[in-house]
Amino acid sequence: MKPAPFAYLRPECLQDALEAYADHADDAKILAGGQSLIPLLSMRLAAPTMLIDINRLTELSYVHTDASGVRFGALTRHAQIEHDKRANRAQPLLRKALRSVAHPTIRNRGTTVGSIVHADAAAEMPAVLRLLEGSVTLRSHEGSREVGAEDLFVGPLETSLAAGEIATEIFMPALPAGAGVAFEEISRRRGDYALCGAAAIVQTDPGGAVTSVKTGYLSVSETPLVLDLSDAFDDGELSQTNLTGAGELASAAVQPETDIHATADYRRQLAGVLTKQVIEQAHNHASARTIGGSQ
Amino acid sequence: MTWKLVGENVTRVEDDRLLRGLGRYTDDLCPEALHVAMVRSPHAHARIVDIDIERVLDVDGVLAVYTYEDLPGPLAEPLPLLIPHPALTHGRTQYALAKDEVNYVGEAVAMVVAIDRYIAEDAAFRISVSYDPLPPVVGIDHARKAEHLVHDDVPGNVAARMEQSTGDAESAIAGAPHKLTLDLEIERSAATPLEGRATLAEWDTGSGRMRVWTSTQTSTGVRAAIAAKLQLDLANVDVITPDVGGGFGVKIMHPWPEDLLVPFVARALGKPVKFIEDRREHFISSAHERGQVQHVEVGFDDDGRILGLSVRFWHDNGAYTPYGIIVPIITSTQLLGPYKPGAYSVVFESLYTNTVVVTPYRGAGRPQGVYAMERTMDAIASYLGRDRTEVRAVNFIQPDELPYDHGLLFQDGRPLIYDSGDYPACLQKLKKLVGWDEFETFREQARSQGRRVGIGLACYVEGTGVGPYEGGHVQVETSGKVKVATGLTSQGQGHQTVFAQIVADELGVRFEDVEVTTGDTRRFPYAVGTFASRAAVMSGSAIAFAARAVRTKALRIAADALEASSDDLEIVDGIVRVKGTPDATIALGTVAVLSNPLRYAFDKASESATQFVVGDPDKPPVAEGDEPGLEGKGYYSPVRSTFASGMHAVIVETDPDTAEIKILRYCVVHDCGHVVNPLIVEGQIHGGVAQGVAGALYERMSYDEHGQLLNASFMDFLMPYVTEVPSKIEIDHLQTPSPLNPLGIKGAGEAGVIPSTAVFAAAIEDAEGIGITSMPISPSELFELRRRNTEASSPGRRAT
Ligand SMILES: Cc1cc2nc3c(=O)[nH]c(=O)nc-3n(C[C@H](O)[C@H](O)[C@H](O)COP(=O)(O)OP(=O)(O)OC[C@H]3O[C@@H](n4cnc5c(N)ncnc54)[C@H](O)[C@@H]3O)c2cc1C
Repeated sequence: MKPAPFAYLRPECLQDALEAYADHADDAKILAGGQSLIPLLSMRLAAPTMLIDINRLTELSYVHTDASGVRFGALTRHAQIEHDKRANRAQPLLRKALRSVAHPTIRNRGTTVGSIVHADAAAEMPAVLRLLEGSVTLRSHEGSREVGAEDLFVGPLETSLAAGEIATEIFMPALPAGAGVAFEEISRRRGDYALCGAAAIVQTDPGGAVTSVKTGYLSVSETPLVLDLSDAFDDGELSQTNLTGAGELASAAVQPETDIHATADYRRQLAGVLTKQVIEQAHNHASARTIGGSQ
Repeated sequence: MTWKLVGENVTRVEDDRLLRGLGRYTDDLCPEALHVAMVRSPHAHARIVDIDIERVLDVDGVLAVYTYEDLPGPLAEPLPLLIPHPALTHGRTQYALAKDEVNYVGEAVAMVVAIDRYIAEDAAFRISVSYDPLPPVVGIDHARKAEHLVHDDVPGNVAARMEQSTGDAESAIAGAPHKLTLDLEIERSAATPLEGRATLAEWDTGSGRMRVWTSTQTSTGVRAAIAAKLQLDLANVDVITPDVGGGFGVKIMHPWPEDLLVPFVARALGKPVKFIEDRREHFISSAHERGQVQHVEVGFDDDGRILGLSVRFWHDNGAYTPYGIIVPIITSTQLLGPYKPGAYSVVFESLYTNTVVVTPYRGAGRPQGVYAMERTMDAIASYLGRDRTEVRAVNFIQPDELPYDHGLLFQDGRPLIYDSGDYPACLQKLKKLVGWDEFETFREQARSQGRRVGIGLACYVEGTGVGPYEGGHVQVETSGKVKVATGLTSQGQGHQTVFAQIVADELGVRFEDVEVTTGDTRRFPYAVGTFASRAAVMSGSAIAFAARAVRTKALRIAADALEASSDDLEIVDGIVRVKGTPDATIALGTVAVLSNPLRYAFDKASESATQFVVGDPDKPPVAEGDEPGLEGKGYYSPVRSTFASGMHAVIVETDPDTAEIKILRYCVVHDCGHVVNPLIVEGQIHGGVAQGVAGALYERMSYDEHGQLLNASFMDFLMPYVTEVPSKIEIDHLQTPSPLNPLGIKGAGEAGVIPSTAVFAAAIEDAEGIGITSMPISPSELFELRRRNTEASSPGRRAT
């Protein structure tokens, strides 16, 4: 379990990184926290001829929060966002989901941007980005562009990043007033990739009626899946009947596969169960925020 | 003699060093050594057509490449079949490097030697082997059907067929008032120690000596194998076991191909060479265990008393049988547990499949046997509508029936005779500990909250401390420090602590002054190894004998020096003194000086042993029959194993929606005779229970139909984390001493894992009301089981 030979570059600034990447776009890989890439190299499932290590680009390590939402850079570790109070006041789903990403030691090293562009449909943060309708900033030596979450994930472990593009920043919108969020997942062992995970964002009006319900899923589709389940709550009530209906819709909509850990039907069942849980929790969260005036 | 340390919670002397990162494992030694990497078969079953090494020879840093063709003499023969048995009619072992055919994914085909492991792996990837694939045999069903054969010359894929019985089980069943049959399955798992296999060899061309450091459970076994296969004199081979990062059975298997190939290359190239196994290699080339299919027929009376028990089982031994049929023999005999069926017959077939070999993993066949027996007990209780503990109790061997002879042969080739135990007392303790009689109240409470809970129990008897023997050497240095050596090895059990406790008590020295060395053939060349929960029983006893011999000699010399009778002497904290006369003392270190008549003084202390100072000028300085030095040796060789026992209970909760299985309580009552160190015994139980939880709820070997192992990493092989193991394991002890050894002890190393699969199956069955016949079980499997069950029982539908 030793990687095949590769050349190694550790640029000191983003410009150098972009130029180096432009020169070797086809056979180079960006090395961020290494928590996904290094195992792939060691198992020789990937054999890039060059690694461009971005760990010296400290200008990409930040968490910026304002009224519109949270921005973080390519070198921002999972743990930094998880523990950032302002960011989580603006968008509480970040911490709720990040707590389920691997184990603390891995969250200290792995980057959230790296996780999102790695685009594993079993990962938490791609699903969160999709559900919140966030976006990613991509830079190449030719320029910069912004891609919405909807257009980012094109297949399993596949994104719309072009050759030579580095994801430099991710934007997660703030949670609107009257809305609540929740995240739950079921994994075989704590910290493992989930058998199924679900996140919800529930919007209520000033009278407390449910106006919109959206859920996001991991591990039950090829790319992170988002469902709009508002129709199941068209009377504005968070009743058990409506929750059951939402759970059934979710079970029917997910497209899980059978593997050595779980059957597709079992995952379908989990999607239904978790859907009910996260919607109820998100609704409670929305109510608590309304009463408490913040959070 | 007063027992001071034996029985106390002495903290482990090993831990300070290991926790500070000062441990030295094989890979930490000799950083300049060359590395080998193996080319392993990607096919489960294939003929090797051609091996092309051309593309490797010009790789910078590669020193040599070996294939079967390059192996000389005995190294070109199949590897040893370690434990032959008359029933093993078709034993087969692999070659150190595959010859003509490969029989599992991971079998070593070629070996590259390079200046480091990176280059060795690069080169290994460049070797192209062309194969002619053959149909693989995967799983017990396929092996039994025998549409294809693993080995052409082994009909039916049957390596061994063995039958044992006491009484006429068939007629007993036929004549019994009630009969049941059960079909059971248990999946493969593996030991997966954190440190994989590792071997470092250094050849001294000048002196013709081979020195090997290896991560093994038997340094003497590896040494003998190297000497034989490399045609070296045993005296010229040293095998040393440095710190070992866990074994759990997989490292009692030996010699692995690399154990021999590495010394072979070290000699051929005249340079130190090492093999450090990586995780993926460990999964696909080191041993697995557990996989069995079982069929039980049982006849019993109205009280649940078993009149006749007939068991057939099929054991998946993988592609070869290097360790003989020890695992299924243990299953077939230890299945009986604490019970005495009226008549018992057992037949097993040990079957070849195109998968990794199966050799003992902690528990070694016992978890399977206990599973068969305890599932049967639960089935009888359920059939009769009786309490599960009552059915067990009527079948127990009673305390006054011990020693109890089952009339069968055990794994050591000796009669299966339990030496001591008290099963009814053990059950009472367990019922009290877990609150068995109050459980129904708890169940009702839980049910009213929409929760499902269940309780299970399982009992076992474990033959521990198997022979043939172990030895110990104890020496007092002139400083008063005591050096102890025994040949068997340590993999983290705490032997240094436990053996030092025994020596401190037996000899009368301070615990801190005792230093124990294990697994170094230079220090003690006669040994068997560490397996079968035998170290404390075997080496503990041998070391006690050695310490007693030293004590006798010390008293004799001290009696002379103090002009007293040795009967009036005692040794306390390393000082020999005349009882009741506080001034008449001599330090053990001084006794050591006196024990060794000297010509040359090298310090003040040794002057007292020089030729003009001591000795009767009319007698030889070393009396006839005596030896210089204050040291002693002892061997312990019991007539047969000593039988530890215990019972576990678990309370689980199953989620009605997600089918997740949560452990609410885990209780253990454990009897290993006299407990030398309760802290260490409880640590062994904790570790064992963790592996038991693993085997029952998490781990399995996911082979596909092509013989590819789909989960050959810790990402997909679900060894539980600390978060999955119960944070509290409640333990109570019972101590029925063994009459077979001087300390009255029994083994404790494997116990924790033995009943776990059975106990979880029982508890989940109890929670769900659905029969559990296949283990391990995952939430997904429980979900599917529930579904099949409701489909089968819903009106208008039929089970298929
Ligand atoms: C034991 C273990 C358990 C884990 N469990 C989970 C889990 O439960 N959930 C989960 O979501 N993750 C899990 N992970 C993965 C972890 O979250 C990773 O940190 C993350 O997926 C990748 O981030 P990284 O910074 O380590 O990226 P790297 O491993 O360095 O890179 C990953 C990939 O993204 C590319 N890349 C990285 N950054 C950029 C960039 N800025 N621009 C363009 N390309 C880039 C790399 O080239 C590479 O292809 C686990 C990892 C381990 C080792």
